[in-house]
Amino acid sequence: MTTVERPMGGRLIDQFEYGLDAPICLTWELTYACNLACVHCLSSSGRRDPRELSTAEAERVIDELQRMQVFYVNVGGGEPTVRPDFWHLLDYAVCHDVGVKFSTNGVKLDKARAARLAATDYVDVQISLDGATAEVNDAVRGAGSFATATRALENLAEAGMKDFKVSVVVTRENAGQLDQFKALTDSYGAQLRITRLRPSGRGADVWDQLHPTQAQQRDLYQWLLANGDNVLTGDSFFHLSAFGEALPGLNLCGAGRVVCLIDPVGDVYACPFAIHENFLAGNVRDEGGFQRVWQASELFADLRSPQTGGACTKCAHFDACRGGCMAAKFFTGLPLDGPDPECVQGYGEMALAARDASTLMPKSHIDHSHTGPVRGQPTLLGLPAMPPAAAAPAPPTRICDESPLVGLDLG
Amino acid sequence: MSAVVEFDADLPWQRARSVSLRPEPFGALVYSFSTRKLSFLKSKTLVTVVESLAEHPTAAATLTACGVTDAQRPAYVKALADLARSSMIERREAP
Repeated sequence: MTTVERPMGGRLIDQFEYGLDAPICLTWELTYACNLACVHCLSSSGRRDPRELSTAEAERVIDELQRMQVFYVNVGGGEPTVRPDFWHLLDYAVCHDVGVKFSTNGVKLDKARAARLAATDYVDVQISLDGATAEVNDAVRGAGSFATATRALENLAEAGMKDFKVSVVVTRENAGQLDQFKALTDSYGAQLRITRLRPSGRGADVWDQLHPTQAQQRDLYQWLLANGDNVLTGDSFFHLSAFGEALPGLNLCGAGRVVCLIDPVGDVYACPFAIHENFLAGNVRDEGGFQRVWQASELFADLRSPQTGGACTKCAHFDACRGGCMAAKFFTGLPLDGPDPECVQGYGEMALAARDASTLMPKSHIDHSHTGPVRGQPTLLGLPAMPPAAAAPAPPTRICDESPLVGLDLG
Repeated sequence: MSAVVEFDADLPWQRARSVSLRPEPFGALVYSFSTRKLSFLKSKTLVTVVESLAEHPTAAATLTACGVTDAQRPAYVKALADLARSSMIERREAP
């Protein structure tokens, strides 16, 4: 339980800072296995972890979410649909009043599956696409991934699926394609969802090259003000509110307060972008399960104390952006009570420039990236498709060193 | 999904059957499984009002029974009207 005394009444956003009895929604990554090797993968996914939750354990988590009245979960990965029990868990959740919104690259969404999804209530599908053209998308997600995603979109549209989403991470390369994304999405009768690139997982390796420029951030902000009502954002651009007018949605870091992440091995982190031991609150396999982690972990109690110090609290825009994204600061080596690296007032750039050789760049020890070559591996910025070390991969020493999808024809 | 209806406090209402309510320290979260919309009840009194709508002949009678004063009434009527518009509460057929 939180130890900080909660004020009564006031704004909802102030109440949220003190946390809730259960998350509003949570992200649940079902597997680290993935057929792709996206350069900016926030969870450094690729290989399955042998300690992954079993079907029975995953069902117990769903039972618990039902008891806690977590009304829906965002399911991701890795590529969640490569879990053989994925469709079973989907049905199990829906039957237990836990709605599911899952993100996929579309690899398993053939016509038959699309038809079944269209007939299921309480399920939302998000197809990931990081370029409105194959050229831009495949540079970060891998050759053929645009074709896979658009084929899945066609299948869903043809099956009469309602309200499915196209989910875009905004980068320097695709920030100029927002209108194209909207047109593409509209053409399938889908809804556009855009979210922020975080320097998390492999995203840390490409963030300098891929995060939008200040000018692009301003354009994005204007675009969101003009189109915000028809575009979902997961409230991930709240740092842009410091440009002036607040964006629709919750302008607050929800980490450990109203959201969290359950990873494939049952570890509970403060948010999907914070897979690092500093933000690990517990494991669903521990005594007391997820509920105890959410309600009693020391880390979450800390996160539920409103920020009172630090440079940002003195800024005139603090009430608009609330200091921005915790994970973005952490993985760029900035102090958590200082500005967001993409602070639109320019304080982030100054803080980044002030870093020196002594600045610790935190690196997550959790990395499930493929160690061998991957079909269609992305070739961002014209780098060679395959690093020399991977050209002659050593034979796997454990079964999980090998992609679970090796030999599987994904065409 | 129920059609969008004007809120009339002199009619019988109830929490919509497709809506779940989760108590929280500040009030409650309400979630509609039919519209998939999430909303918030910002006071414990409003939670009591929504949960006891079905026990009273009209919404107005519910407000009185829950101890809502005349001064607070317009704010509660507006809150209920918002909930009706978002299909969180629905008209109850008179018995």
